[in-house]
Amino acid sequence: MSELHFLSGNEAVAQGVRLSRPRVIAAYPITPQTIVVERLSEMVESRELAAEFVHVESEHSALALVMGSAAMGVRTFTATSSQGLMYMAECLHYTSGGRFPLVMMNANRSLALPWNIYGDQSDSLALLSSGWIQVYAETAQESLDMIIQAYAVAEDVRVRTPVLVNLDGFVLTHTYEPVIVPDQDTVDAFLPPPDFPPGYPGTFDLLRPQSLAVSAGPGDYAGFKYRQHRDMVAAAEPIRDVGGRFAEIFGRGSADLIEPYRCGDAELVMITLGSIAGTVRDVIDDLRADGLRVGLLRIRYLRPFPSEDLRRLLFGPLRRAAVAAIGILEKDISFGHQGGVALEVKAALYDQAEASAPAGLPPVRNFIAGLGGQDISRGQIIAMFDDLARAAGRDGDEPARSVRFVGLEASR
Amino acid sequence: MTISLKNLSAEEYFLGHKACGGCGGSLVVRWTLKVLGERSYVVMPAGCMSAVGFIYPQMALGVNAMISPFAATGAVLSGIAAAVRAKGLRDVHVVGFAGDGGTADIGLQSLSGAFDRKERIIYICYDNEAYMNTGIQRSGATPWGARTTTSPGGFRPSSPAPKKDLVRIAAAHGVPFAATASVGYPTDFLRKVEIAGSIDGPSFLHVYAPCPTGWACESDATIRLGKSVVDTGLWPLVEWRDGAARLNRDPEAFVPLADYLAMQGRFKTLRPEEISAMERVRDGAWKSLRAWVRESSAG
Ligand SMILES: Cc1ncc(C[n+]2csc(CCOP(=O)(O)OP(=O)(O)O)c2C)c(N)n1
Ligand code: SF4
Repeated sequence: MSELHFLSGNEAVAQGVRLSRPRVIAAYPITPQTIVVERLSEMVESRELAAEFVHVESEHSALALVMGSAAMGVRTFTATSSQGLMYMAECLHYTSGGRFPLVMMNANRSLALPWNIYGDQSDSLALLSSGWIQVYAETAQESLDMIIQAYAVAEDVRVRTPVLVNLDGFVLTHTYEPVIVPDQDTVDAFLPPPDFPPGYPGTFDLLRPQSLAVSAGPGDYAGFKYRQHRDMVAAAEPIRDVGGRFAEIFGRGSADLIEPYRCGDAELVMITLGSIAGTVRDVIDDLRADGLRVGLLRIRYLRPFPSEDLRRLLFGPLRRAAVAAIGILEKDISFGHQGGVALEVKAALYDQAEASAPAGLPPVRNFIAGLGGQDISRGQIIAMFDDLARAAGRDGDEPARSVRFVGLEASR
Repeated sequence: MTISLKNLSAEEYFLGHKACGGCGGSLVVRWTLKVLGERSYVVMPAGCMSAVGFIYPQMALGVNAMISPFAATGAVLSGIAAAVRAKGLRDVHVVGFAGDGGTADIGLQSLSGAFDRKERIIYICYDNEAYMNTGIQRSGATPWGARTTTSPGGFRPSSPAPKKDLVRIAAAHGVPFAATASVGYPTDFLRKVEIAGSIDGPSFLHVYAPCPTGWACESDATIRLGKSVVDTGLWPLVEWRDGAARLNRDPEAFVPLADYLAMQGRFKTLRPEEISAMERVRDGAWKSLRAWVRESSAG
């Protein structure tokens, strides 16, 4: 029987991991991720979870270690945040290139300097091209659910690509909410066994020795990289399958890589990701009550990037009104350019723009907010929609700054 | 049965690789796997042995093997060892082969972690005394006075000093077995590999492995150098087992350094008074080594 518990995001992740029965766990402490590994070590000590818990000397070692275990054909887990994710950077590209089906939780946190332990998304955005599937949870429930689904996706032989499950530092990792913890039998039936089947690609075999994590010259290298890209793009289908199957069995969650909210007839659409989506939804309800046609697209997966879904949701035939302006609200900045998510969204819009938006693309505003854990208030979100309304009213001739830093008063 | 050159397995587990003629490192890998056999899992970090052994699609390892990130040999070995425990596998060996740079410099942290956790692994450092794969740069194990591409005039930090003592670093972690060896003394080396294979915990071998390409020596000098370095006292054969250190060779007197150094172009810039200073450093190192042996076995 599933049970209702009052859990933080971190604890929900630990429960998701316990239910997925990894055989090897290795992790290094960093705020705000630590509670995940503390809970897991308690579960291993109390034999609630039959896993090897390895106390490593660094994040670089943590990821390298679970890669070694995955090469032996067993399910693993690690978790990190911020500086730790950066310290792992080499191993992120390494493990995805080696097609190791790993799952890692990342507590989204700002990057030094200046030192700051609070939440923003600079860390995972900086590693968007590392070959990992990236998913962003909004709630503790979704965090638990995404850990379980992440194993199903990563280990699918068609995918064999590691998955990074992101939770906003503190706002999600440390906030308590009621969470349904599924029962073990249902999860066991949902996931494949934690020991990969004999002959699973990319694992050792005593009868047929394998060389893994090899080197390749220019011709072969390009082929490996192309297949890595192709399979990541194609992973969208298995992701939907897994999400759909999960929703069927567990009765919640989404099969979609982007989750729309009151978007079908919205003229002003905010695109965001992670825990701030909840506040945006509240603001939308209020503004709707005042007659404003506003909506939300919550991006769940940044990799593979759901370009087609985005174009369909913004311009598709099922829409009941044309989108007049788009806002992208995110907690990171690619210095010298724009927010990393805005770059992704704009690239997707420009692709096939003529076919998807023959009347021309609507104006796009990029709101950079929440850096280093700064609060994003309802008032600020309302002001962002005001901004979008003004952008929509312009005839496109009046130039305007497309990147806005929100909440800079404190540093003035 | 004790393994020696005479009864060494005819099976080859490191074959068709692209190492240079006379490469000491490739001998270390080849001999070790003959002792440990087919139920071995091998980890090699970035470095010459992985560069010459894993060029897709031609793989040179006859056992399960993978390349690790440069700094992560100890961690990847630990990950394999953890899975071995989780799966309850028996009679397997988890063995790493890393260069001196990969061991004494960038990989020291992950090696320390693996030692500290008492992982059941065998870690073998083949020491060619420089970063060879990137073109002979100075590493933390480059001997005083040696020429490398980043110490073109000869590596001379202040006054002559002995190399980082990796075996005593390992011993300080309380590992059950740590030893030096040299390709010039294969019987001693093979015996140590056999012991390492029987240890329930981490074992560490630091093996002298000439590199003709990087040392500017003849490719048929490998074994001669491997004997000479021991006879000169520059490379003591020593083992640490269960808390006591023991000398495997305890010479009354050392062969002068001059002949050993003259066989290698990398020492060309050394002046006679520097060679004398190196001999004094060697004598000092032996004093400390003998004291270590005395004290650890007395305890
Ligand atoms: C993180 C990282 N830094 C640098 C390198 C470049 N690199 C590859 S092999 C190598 C030299 C290896 O030297 P050593 O460990 O002594 O082994 P050898 O090549 O001498 O066998 C270096 C510096 C790398 N692969 N990864
Ligand atoms: S450069 Fe030296 S260590 Fe590298 S393969 Fe050649 S001989 Fe061996």
